[in-house]
Amino acid sequence: MDMNRTSAVAAKPVVPQDGDVGTTVPQVASPRPNVTPPVREKIRTEKLTVFYDGKEAIKSIDLSIPEGMVTAIIGPSGCGKSTFLRALNRMNELIPGTRTTGKVLVDGINIYDPAIDLPTLRKNVGMVWQRPNPFPKTIWENVAYGPKCLGVKSKAVLDDIVEKSLREAALWDEVKDRLHSSALALSGGQQQRLCIARALAVEPSVLLMDEPAASLDPISTTKIEDLMAELRGKYTLIIVTHNMQQAARVSDYTAFLLMGELVEFDVTERIFTRPKRKETEDYITGRFG
Amino acid sequence: MTRKRQELLGKGFLWFCAVVTVSSLLLVLAYVTLKGAPGVSWNFLTASPEDMGRKGGVFPAIVGTLFLVVLGIAIATPFGVGAGLYLAECVSRNSRLGEIFRFGIETLAAVPSIVFGLFGYALFVKALKPVTGGTTLLSGALTIALMILPILTRATEEAVRAVPVSYREASLALGATRGQTVFRVVLPAAAPGISSAVILGVGRIVGETAALLFTLGGSPLVPRSIFEPARTLAMHLYLVVLEVGAMDMGFATAFLLMVITLGLNLAVDAVSRGK
Amino acid sequence: MDDSLGQRGAQAPPSHTTGPGSTTRAPRTRRGKETWEYLALAATAIAAGAVFFIAAFVFWEGWPAFREVGFFEFVLGKVWSPTRGFYGILPIIAGTFAVTILTLILAIPVSVGTAVFLTEYSPEWASRIVRKAVDLLAGIPSVVYGLFGMTTLVPLIRRIELATVPQGAPSYLTVGYSVLSASVILAVMIAPTVISISCDALKSVPSEYREGSLGLGATRWQTVTKVILPVAAPGILAGIILGTGRAVGETMAVLMVAGNAPLFPKSVFTPVRTLTANIAAEIGYATGLHEHALFADGIALFFVVILLNSVALWFRRKALK
Repeated sequence: MDMNRTSAVAAKPVVPQDGDVGTTVPQVASPRPNVTPPVREKIRTEKLTVFYDGKEAIKSIDLSIPEGMVTAIIGPSGCGKSTFLRALNRMNELIPGTRTTGKVLVDGINIYDPAIDLPTLRKNVGMVWQRPNPFPKTIWENVAYGPKCLGVKSKAVLDDIVEKSLREAALWDEVKDRLHSSALALSGGQQQRLCIARALAVEPSVLLMDEPAASLDPISTTKIEDLMAELRGKYTLIIVTHNMQQAARVSDYTAFLLMGELVEFDVTERIFTRPKRKETEDYITGRFG
Repeated sequence: MTRKRQELLGKGFLWFCAVVTVSSLLLVLAYVTLKGAPGVSWNFLTASPEDMGRKGGVFPAIVGTLFLVVLGIAIATPFGVGAGLYLAECVSRNSRLGEIFRFGIETLAAVPSIVFGLFGYALFVKALKPVTGGTTLLSGALTIALMILPILTRATEEAVRAVPVSYREASLALGATRGQTVFRVVLPAAAPGISSAVILGVGRIVGETAALLFTLGGSPLVPRSIFEPARTLAMHLYLVVLEVGAMDMGFATAFLLMVITLGLNLAVDAVSRGK
Repeated sequence: MDDSLGQRGAQAPPSHTTGPGSTTRAPRTRRGKETWEYLALAATAIAAGAVFFIAAFVFWEGWPAFREVGFFEFVLGKVWSPTRGFYGILPIIAGTFAVTILTLILAIPVSVGTAVFLTEYSPEWASRIVRKAVDLLAGIPSVVYGLFGMTTLVPLIRRIELATVPQGAPSYLTVGYSVLSASVILAVMIAPTVISISCDALKSVPSEYREGSLGLGATRWQTVTKVILPVAAPGILAGIILGTGRAVGETMAVLMVAGNAPLFPKSVFTPVRTLTANIAAEIGYATGLHEHALFADGIALFFVVILLNSVALWFRRKALK
């Protein structure tokens, strides 16, 4: 192993944090003018470490994610991006042999507290995966599933939620005439937007997206990216991507992970134009990864 | 021997084996159809046996079979599906507990049906007589339910394991509890596999005789409650052939049994294709 | 492409390399387990515990026979005649053994041959037919096999016996009900088990072996006999042993064609009684010691079948590794 690089990475990552309280992210010239700073902190990780079968998949990550913004997590394959993302709604626990230490504070509450109710947490922190994974049910059933599980029984209320969510996910016009046909008949891009609608139906405040466009064609990808721009502001979006152009296009902030460690976190524009760290520069200029 | 000849002989042998396998089925099918089909009439299906089964029909045996199937499946399914669900969802694949449970169920599957019959006779018919009423539909159903448990358990476990992890993740990520995830997403997705196992279980019940000989009673009357003895078609076949010697009635019953078996087989195909 | 997920997928089965301390199970929801999990656990415990309960019950009921008759007198006694007070089960064990061995001799070549045909040689249309036939063979009730055997096989074998058995031989050698009749029927009945498990074993042979052998210029037959069969052997053996278990455990068909005389099999034409048929034939009217003796017969049966099954599972696991 390249000792040089390892030791360089092990150095404390540059995390933009406001000195004293650490509850706000430094205000910077946002690439999107429609959100007015100052920005509140939505999620904060403290020494977040995830072990997988005894090995550290991510190592002591301290990060502060601003509310209502799009934050991209980039890094080469195997750097722990997905593990980090899945730590934010405790999805890693579904995989036997994982152990998590450190803290993840969502709105100031540590979600790894034993008293946390997982369904409530996951309702609040929704997720979309790389491969669209609609249930083998109708479109309507897919979107209504979450609210139903939360106890909504009225058909009329559910109908409203379904329409609202599908509109929000920019899918309503395409499917309104076939709400009761199988979701599996939709195209890949439509399925992915359905999955987004399904996640929005339970009114989360955070949406985690694990390479949401990686398995889609360019046109569908554009639609998903446009959708992210629409959702920005109302939701806190955190997306994992290996596509740097995409990160540059859609995100306000970018975190660069390498070998399980956070190397750099900053305003996206700065990451892509004036990175502070050599590793970041190497990665975004395509010198490795 | 040249390589070419060896290849040819080998190929010939394998074709021979396949032909033997297929023709043994055809032989049984053809013979039973030839001897049994003429005996199946409306009267045969709807009349009670007369003169110890030498004449008349099999109506009570049809009713008995139906009752036993419904009762046996009703008793076995909750346990079989519950156990399969538990093994697939609640214990990890290689855990010690899972291994022990699975060993128990595999072993249960290997127990000969006559041993189930002995057990059912000793427990349900004799020891629990005040509850079951002796040799009755209930005793028979309890015995046969134990027999088909392993089929249901294994199939459920397999079907539940085959449900993509992504469904579970999606459901949990929406704030569903584990229970909601299992009952609203996982089980519905596994339903085709579980249903075909239930149909296989029906087939086992329809075809079984040894486990029922001393638990179900073998009464030639139409049972009116689960506390009355009954007979199934398979039992009826055995009784009329061996105790009465009424071969024609035996063949007609055998033909009926084969039609049911074929029907169930087609049903399994339809269910597994339908998923 | 997909980074850590893919990595995890590859490592997903919990490996043996990690100590118990280094991995912890995922914590559950606040309330711990949900109610349905307890219900499912109870169902599992009942399903898995049933076999031990059955064993205990059969042992409990059979034990007095060992006590009163004596274990060795029971197992090694040469005469089974409950009405006269003889409880020797050896001829019945011998009958079971003879029927089982002959069944295997008849079933193994054809069944394994059919499995090889299905996986290595068969054109698609033939596979479909053979598979369906195997499925259906497995579904036919044993009483139907028994009836078929009684009415076709037994008369046929009686004719052979009449032609071949020398004059003056005991008359029971010319009834047609015999080891041979039972074995032929059983061979057909266990074929689906042997075929389907052998097929699984043959299918799990990596195709590189096949291609490697064919690529070296071996014929298909050479590839099958020299490469594929040896690799698949443990799995095929598992199928054969499970089939043996089925043969030993089958009751009705044997009861209808084996002749049910508790005689020592001296030839394939001897009518015999098996452990299963013995129970089925007598439990209906047995009382007292006789009944205990039949449960003791059940213990013997249980033992043999569980043993066979465990060996088969062991082979199967070995085959899967």
